[in-house]
Amino acid sequence: MAAPGRIASGALTDPARPLEFRFDGRALQGLAGDTVASALLANGVRQVARSFKYHRPRGIVTAGPEEPCALVDVIGIGGREPNQLATTLPLQAGLVTESQNRWPTLRFDLGAINDRLGRFLPAGFYYKTFMAPGWAWERLYEPLIRRAAGLGRLQGIPGAHADPAETVHDHTDVLVVGAGACGLAAAHQLGASGLRVILAEQDVLPGGGTLLDRRWSPWRERLTAALTQMPSVRTLMRTAVLGAYGQGVFGALERLSPDETVRFGGLRERLRVIRAQRVLLATGALERLIAFPGNDVPGVMLAGAALAYLRRYGVTVGRRPALFVNNDEAYETAFALAAAGIDCAGIIDSRRESHAGRRARGLGIAVHDAALVGGVDGRHEVRTVSITELDGRRRFVLEADALLISGGHSPLSALATQLGAPLEWREPLAAFTPALAATTGRVAGAAAGVFGLAAAAHHGIAAARAILADLGRAAAVADGAGMFEMPADADANSTPISPLWEVRARGKAFVDLQNDVTADDVRLACREGYEHIEHMKRFTTFGMATDQGRIGGLVGSAVLAEARGVALADVGALRARPFTQPVPFAALAGAEVREHYRPQRRLPLHDWHESAGAIFVPTGLWLRPLVYSAESGWPAVLAEARGVRKRVGVTDVSTLGKIEVQGPGAARFLDFVYANTFSTLTVGRARYGIMLREDGMLLDDGTTSRLGPEHFLITTTTANSAAVLEHLEFHLQTACAELNVVLTDVGDQWAQFAVAGPRSREVVAPLVPGLDLANDAFPFMSAAEASIAGRPGRLFRISFSGELAYEIAVPAAEALLVWSALLESGTRFDMRPYGLDALNTLRIEKGHVTTAELNGNTTADDLGLQRLLKKQGDFIGRVLAKRPGLLAPDRLQLVGVRPTDRTQRLRNGSQIVATDARDTSLGYVTSATPAVEFEGWVGLALLSGGRERIGQRLIGRSPVHDEAIELQILSPHMLDPENNRVRS
Amino acid sequence: MLRIPCPWCGLRDESEFRYRGDATSPRPPADAGLDAFNAYVYQRDNLRGWHTEWWLHVAGCRKLLKIVRHTLTHEIRSVEAATAASSTEPVR
Repeated sequence: MAAPGRIASGALTDPARPLEFRFDGRALQGLAGDTVASALLANGVRQVARSFKYHRPRGIVTAGPEEPCALVDVIGIGGREPNQLATTLPLQAGLVTESQNRWPTLRFDLGAINDRLGRFLPAGFYYKTFMAPGWAWERLYEPLIRRAAGLGRLQGIPGAHADPAETVHDHTDVLVVGAGACGLAAAHQLGASGLRVILAEQDVLPGGGTLLDRRWSPWRERLTAALTQMPSVRTLMRTAVLGAYGQGVFGALERLSPDETVRFGGLRERLRVIRAQRVLLATGALERLIAFPGNDVPGVMLAGAALAYLRRYGVTVGRRPALFVNNDEAYETAFALAAAGIDCAGIIDSRRESHAGRRARGLGIAVHDAALVGGVDGRHEVRTVSITELDGRRRFVLEADALLISGGHSPLSALATQLGAPLEWREPLAAFTPALAATTGRVAGAAAGVFGLAAAAHHGIAAARAILADLGRAAAVADGAGMFEMPADADANSTPISPLWEVRARGKAFVDLQNDVTADDVRLACREGYEHIEHMKRFTTFGMATDQGRIGGLVGSAVLAEARGVALADVGALRARPFTQPVPFAALAGAEVREHYRPQRRLPLHDWHESAGAIFVPTGLWLRPLVYSAESGWPAVLAEARGVRKRVGVTDVSTLGKIEVQGPGAARFLDFVYANTFSTLTVGRARYGIMLREDGMLLDDGTTSRLGPEHFLITTTTANSAAVLEHLEFHLQTACAELNVVLTDVGDQWAQFAVAGPRSREVVAPLVPGLDLANDAFPFMSAAEASIAGRPGRLFRISFSGELAYEIAVPAAEALLVWSALLESGTRFDMRPYGLDALNTLRIEKGHVTTAELNGNTTADDLGLQRLLKKQGDFIGRVLAKRPGLLAPDRLQLVGVRPTDRTQRLRNGSQIVATDARDTSLGYVTSATPAVEFEGWVGLALLSGGRERIGQRLIGRSPVHDEAIELQILSPHMLDPENNRVRS
Repeated sequence: MLRIPCPWCGLRDESEFRYRGDATSPRPPADAGLDAFNAYVYQRDNLRGWHTEWWLHVAGCRKLLKIVRHTLTHEIRSVEAATAASSTEPVR
């Protein structure tokens, strides 16, 4: 197939490897090494997109990641991936791409009516127009706008997984960002001096600007070869540094090449977190556009991009291009095209005269000095260019099939400004440059406003030496072997740039191509009072697209400056935020997807529970047995709970937090962190305790046992174990710093089982032959270290179920042996394991609280635990718990609830209302379960003034179920309020 | 992201630590009264500049560190143990 745009050999393309691909259904051919953009241009495709708001035809504007227009959908086996940058997307055999934001076709798009209506759709149009009625925004306006505007569509095939990505952590002495002449030279100097260096380059090849100038090939090749010989230098290609996060931490995205993706089993992206002592920013500069009517017509391209397409891919953008420039550097494109046999239609230069212009005339190229482009004719591609002379006011028209523009170059300062570097206005360059703190690193080369390859390379070496000096390292003489024989930069007598931002004429002159923001929009924002650049940005959406408006950013600032009548330096530049480039969510997620989304904690007996038919439920990170039954629903749960009440059951409570508190100050410490007293606890006894936060709210509850005079064991709720340990450490190292206490988290070291039910003594006793379990010898709230089934363990007589119960703790490694011995001992009583649901049923009946009630908003008084607050001595939360508001009688207090009609279901989360005021919530149901001890359902609730309401009948409403039932308000101690069972 | 030089563990990522707030207002004495405790729990300066604060190395040595950090630049000027008279000597 003919590729009319391919006129030369490119530095990156391999003519021996043609690749077939598709764009909007057309079968096209490119070369290995092409991007999708270069392959489209080679095939003469001009229009590749429709714009965001006006649906105007758009073409390829740049040759890199700063591209605002050429976004395409890629249709693969995993679905449709939108917003892929054609200018960086490597061409692959069989790639299927489609244009975006058009219907029905790219050529004929109904949405283009917006362009005709443009005068009615200025910036801020949405805010002003779609105001009323209020409901219509969500239901009507927004869906319509979202359909009309926007970019590509994300579409996955159900069941398919996103391609994998991974996260890698790197450590280095110096991160060099950008491997152009500056970055290469700097990395070489740093590496030769013995520092560890990561050289990150977003391009597929190192070299930057040297790739566009053949004279630099020998230097580049020798230098890159030398770098590969340096063991302390790592060069990361296709790696874009996305953001600077301070203290030497950077995020970078490495996109693997198609070949690497195959080699790494489908891996496409690697997110790199790079930690460096210093950074050397050699990010170069970006060419910027000029605002004039029609500066978005397909075929209008940045001059430097046209040079890149020619040098890198051998592709010309047009057969007869015109240039519109204000600087000498842009003429290189015309010279290169002329050398490749492409005749320029003419060069329009806003300056009165220039050195480069004289050179161009010498080559027979028509140069129109002191002239401006006032418009472009052609809708789907450039046909003619209208020219206005500044002085003579002569207007004429040039026939051209492309217009290559250059408004100068803006140093890339995004990473530096993220690191806090202020920007300085540099009048001779008509650009801002960043001033980075030396303790952070250096900015060098074009990024620092030092243009010219040789000058940039020398600047990079100087910056590297400065960093070496900062780090106290000697700089090696790295250029001894003639390695740095560089071609001279083009003329030192080049004519300086003359700032040119906008050509005012009739028509839409874009400053932000991706978000369709025009110069008029910027002026409108200013008229409406949005004068600050960050306000203008939000009003117009200027710079808010995925490209962050990079190629037009300074132009927008200049238009705003003129509208305000102030200097550009006083307006400033848009603040570039992380990420510097769009990043797929899959790359951010890395391997932390699906079952790796977060760690999963399994009980020591997980396999046993699984083989016993347990259904597991995630609680925090833990997987806990919910019920031992294949059938869902309450009958199996209630059978387990009933077994406990009637006979005996056993459950795995290993997830409880366990913290050992040891040392001479242990008792005093516990007295301070618990609201109740522990110093009076005798060895061998356990006590229920509550911990408050300093603001007086409940933090956690649990039993604490005294195993020795200076040795306590705390248990915490499963959910709060980490928070409690942190809380204890903080106070131990601040308010209690004088106490000699050591905290040890032993949560994972001990497995713990609760044996509960009237027959539990008979089940446990045979396992602890050395211990007398008679009620007098080992009463309720006893604790002892004991040999359990021949293993060293701990036995506690504590109860969460309200029944006679024991808890057995054994080293996690012995869990299965002791559990099996327990089960065997329990067979006489038909003892069964019970899961979390049955455990919940039992504790709700008993009125014990858990995290549903210890929700961070409840006080000891709210939960009826006020008697535990000690009267003597200081403790955390003591003072603020007495705030009048926390003792108010109408606070939500813990009560028990049951439906008056026993056949009705009690809903968790039901709002409790009075019979006569149905919309005023008095509280809500925190826990609900069908009961085994009682008929029907029971629950716990937090109810305003609840203790005073015991005996009342109120309404429990669940609007989501459209239910309202009458509730009896009860004491939370519904089962065995005298605690006879636990003491039996 | 902050990187905190823990005297015991070396330079570590912020994600290993838990922020515990202002380190310049100690807990009032037991008899200081409601207003003093109210101020201790709720009233904080929102400083622009150097801030002395607590960081607990929860995913490391569990030591509480007193850190002087600049709230604008995140520069860390000093790191020390919560208690000067700590019973444990830092291990280098």
